[in-house]
Amino acid sequence: MIPDDRLYTAQHEWLKLEDGEAVLGITDFAQQELGDVVFVELPAPGQEFAAGSEVGAIESVKAVAEIYTPVAGSIEAVNDGLEDAPELVNEDPYGEGWLVRMRLDEEGPPDDLMTAAAYEAQLAS
Amino acid sequence: MQRTVLYERHVESGARFGPFAGYEMPIQYEGVLAEHRAVRERAGMFDVSHMGEIRVRGPRALALLQGLTPNDVGALHPFRAQYSALLSERGTFIDDLLVYCLDPEDYLLVVNAASRGRDLELLETAAVAEDGGVRVDDQSDETALIAVQGPRAAEIVADVVGAAAADLRYYSFLRDLPAEDHARHLVSRTGYTGEDGFEIYTPAERAEDLWAELLERGRDVGLVPAGLGARDTLRLEAGMMLCGQDIDEETTPLEAGLSWIVKWKKGDFVGRDALARQREDGCRHRLVGFEVEGRGIARHGHRLTLRDAPDCAGPVTSGAFAPTLGRAVGIARLDCGDGGPPASGSAASVTVRGREIDCRIVKLPFYRRPKQGA
Repeated sequence: MIPDDRLYTAQHEWLKLEDGEAVLGITDFAQQELGDVVFVELPAPGQEFAAGSEVGAIESVKAVAEIYTPVAGSIEAVNDGLEDAPELVNEDPYGEGWLVRMRLDEEGPPDDLMTAAAYEAQLAS
Repeated sequence: MQRTVLYERHVESGARFGPFAGYEMPIQYEGVLAEHRAVRERAGMFDVSHMGEIRVRGPRALALLQGLTPNDVGALHPFRAQYSALLSERGTFIDDLLVYCLDPEDYLLVVNAASRGRDLELLETAAVAEDGGVRVDDQSDETALIAVQGPRAAEIVADVVGAAAADLRYYSFLRDLPAEDHARHLVSRTGYTGEDGFEIYTPAERAEDLWAELLERGRDVGLVPAGLGARDTLRLEAGMMLCGQDIDEETTPLEAGLSWIVKWKKGDFVGRDALARQREDGCRHRLVGFEVEGRGIARHGHRLTLRDAPDCAGPVTSGAFAPTLGRAVGIARLDCGDGGPPASGSAASVTVRGREIDCRIVKLPFYRRPKQGA
């Protein structure tokens, strides 16, 4: 089940837009690929990022995956709960396992993001 | 890419596969953390059939192995195994291995898959010089290997292959078991996890039945199939070296803290002169254990540097989150010049994604299993 209330990147991240802000996380496929997440490195609130830049990293037992933001903006909040419970990324990637909330520099989503249906098609291909 | 004879069983159990030493091996089933915990608390079962088995037999077998390995094969009695190595003339690791003494003229060498071809070549070349006194046979393809590891392993293995397994001492083994189904198994109390456990060598055609029997018998006590992912975190916690990663042709046993496998009194062996010089001059490189104190994980290829002696630094050879300890640990190969090895407790740091993370040098192993009640 891929939630259709948000947009997706080819790198298996999701972006949920609301009122000039965006919440960023990784998809269920991504968390399965990574395996057990044991540490999440997140930026400090207030930090500014250009679209496509690295905002942090997710470390699983097996591997590390960088987190990239598909949009430009500043960090409004990070998911502090992941400090003590990084496994939330595995257990609830679309909900409690969210990563950062950003204030967008520009209104509206960039046009290279996918809908849930398009992302599902990419996974199937 | 090769597959082990148990491949289909792994598919049934939902394994995710990855390449390892030319084999498509199960990396994980349910998940590395769950499998790791199962081995520490109950039992886990690994297909390690990619390992190589080389039989060395004949009246000159002992002499040949004494000349090629640093440990004392002459001290080995039948039904006992020992950890040893094949070294280069420079005293560095070509491979690490187990030597099983089946009888004084018959040995089984268990070697790493990646170096099996090279090992075989070395042994065969040495055998030629023995002029018919040694026969070397690669039995890897007809042999499967299943490791059952964890505090509940003994009862499971004893139930399946025979009660005598439970009485085995560490690094001892059984063969020619009474039950017909298991007559051709070799069962040793060995492993690569830091827990009590067994390794069962079986003819390839018996492997699927044995795997199924062990899984069935172990179900009640929580035995799960475990993949190479958990095997790696388990062996790292136990401070065991991975050949080709921590120890390689640039590393000697003395540098790796494995000087106990070098037996000086047994006579000459390949690499001895180089090791003797190193013993005299001291080791410039050292493999050391370290714990990560800050937030983050040091991994293979990162660089560890001592705080008080920044010249003493080197690459992390193994690094991972240690599930039992709840923190990241690793092994690094430090070049400390003439300064000698760093003391345990020394502060160090590693740079991960541009961020310096505090580490501390600690003695290996990171994890020691609790002593069983006597």
